[in-house]
Amino acid sequence: MLSASDWQALWLTARLAGVVTLILLVLGTPIAWWLARSRSRWKAPIGAVVALPLVLPPSVLGFYLLLAMGPDGPLGQLTQALGLPPLPFTFTGLVVASVFYSLPFMVQPQQSAFEAMGERPMEVAATLRASPLDAFFTVAVPLAAPGFLSASILTFAHTVGEFGVVLMIGGNLPGISRVASVQIYDHVESLDYGQAHRLAAVMLVFSFVVLLSLYAWRAQPGRRR
Amino acid sequence: MTRLLAHLLCLGLLLAGASAHAEKIMVAAAADLKFALDEIVTAFKAREPGHEVEVVYGSSGKFHTQIQQGAPYDLYFSADIAYPRALAQAGFAASSVQPYAVGRLVLWSASRDARQLRLSSLTDPKITRIAIANPKHAPYGQRAVEALRAAGVWSQVEPKLVYGDNIAQTAQFVQTGNAQVGIIALALAVNPTLSRQGGYALIPDQLHTPLEQGFIITKRAQGKALAQRFADHMRSPQARAVMSRYGFVLPGEAAAP
Repeated sequence: MLSASDWQALWLTARLAGVVTLILLVLGTPIAWWLARSRSRWKAPIGAVVALPLVLPPSVLGFYLLLAMGPDGPLGQLTQALGLPPLPFTFTGLVVASVFYSLPFMVQPQQSAFEAMGERPMEVAATLRASPLDAFFTVAVPLAAPGFLSASILTFAHTVGEFGVVLMIGGNLPGISRVASVQIYDHVESLDYGQAHRLAAVMLVFSFVVLLSLYAWRAQPGRRR
Repeated sequence: MTRLLAHLLCLGLLLAGASAHAEKIMVAAAADLKFALDEIVTAFKAREPGHEVEVVYGSSGKFHTQIQQGAPYDLYFSADIAYPRALAQAGFAASSVQPYAVGRLVLWSASRDARQLRLSSLTDPKITRIAIANPKHAPYGQRAVEALRAAGVWSQVEPKLVYGDNIAQTAQFVQTGNAQVGIIALALAVNPTLSRQGGYALIPDQLHTPLEQGFIITKRAQGKALAQRFADHMRSPQARAVMSRYGFVLPGEAAAP
């Protein structure tokens, strides 16, 4: 059915989405927490920056990232100074790009979960002499767990669907940056519709099943969000 | 109120009449033509005031697919004449396949003196990233692979390759410094912006099958006078002069050494 290179592309896509979801769980949580609780005047601008990838064309993100990661760009200079290999055309480069690209899909559901929780549970925990960090992990995280799950599923699925940014900074390397969406594009470009159909069907079924499970789970009676 | 509506209707008819007079063509062109065809189109538009010519640049293989699927292009310029030939055979052409140029490959770099580069230099461990066009659907990419194989450096060079979606993106990977060297079209490398950075070295053309390029008027443009006039313009001395200036070898002319 699927060729070896199709499987390679699918496995690469899953790995990319998994790594990005884990990184964003760590990076996104403090941002979401701050956005949910802060009354700072920076809240609106930071919230807007986090949401930017929702509306920006992937080509804009890809263009800036390509320049930033290049030998003269800030990220390129940073990797050079640290003695690391350059980011474009590498798996690490794709991970960095996808972290930017999928950020709002992690932060926004987390933020609404924290907001829905309100201030009360943390205040109660404080009166019981829990330290803020302790209260965060033993009270806030369990209460917001459903939000975390939605956020992780959406982040994973959205990273799987990434195409434009990968095309611009990936260099189409098998096993490194030729993710499933790019592999389908290549099949179509080279008139290999049979292969394209098979891989496209896999992606379609995957995306539908992910969303169906998420919505079915959210719709369970007695569950908030 | 009815007077106003009548006036608007008249205005509408007038505008419709005016636009029916002006013709518009859409051209799909291989990305190596980017600079040369832009000049040719500017000259053509000056001769044909009031008409519109829009050019879309991309990989030849991609346009081949798109035209089969009914894309609204009136002319198709391909970096590999095999694509328009296949379209003509399948009944997608309203003209015969016209050869218009032979393309050349060059080694180009934005960061080092590319004039000294040979294909054998690509094995240098200091060169870690080399950009070529995607050989699956870009003719310049296919020829680059052929040349690397013929030069006997394929196995050492392949792990360093990155693939641009078309020859213009390949050049862009090099220009941004993300690849140190690229195998791109001579027609792009002679553009002043690019040639100022590091120069280029021609790749001997006996290392790959010729990049014979051809165009067709597509089926949907049948009877469009402007499309025919643009095809004629391509054969004019002015257009041929522009093509030569961009390093294309023209049909009926001897190749440069």
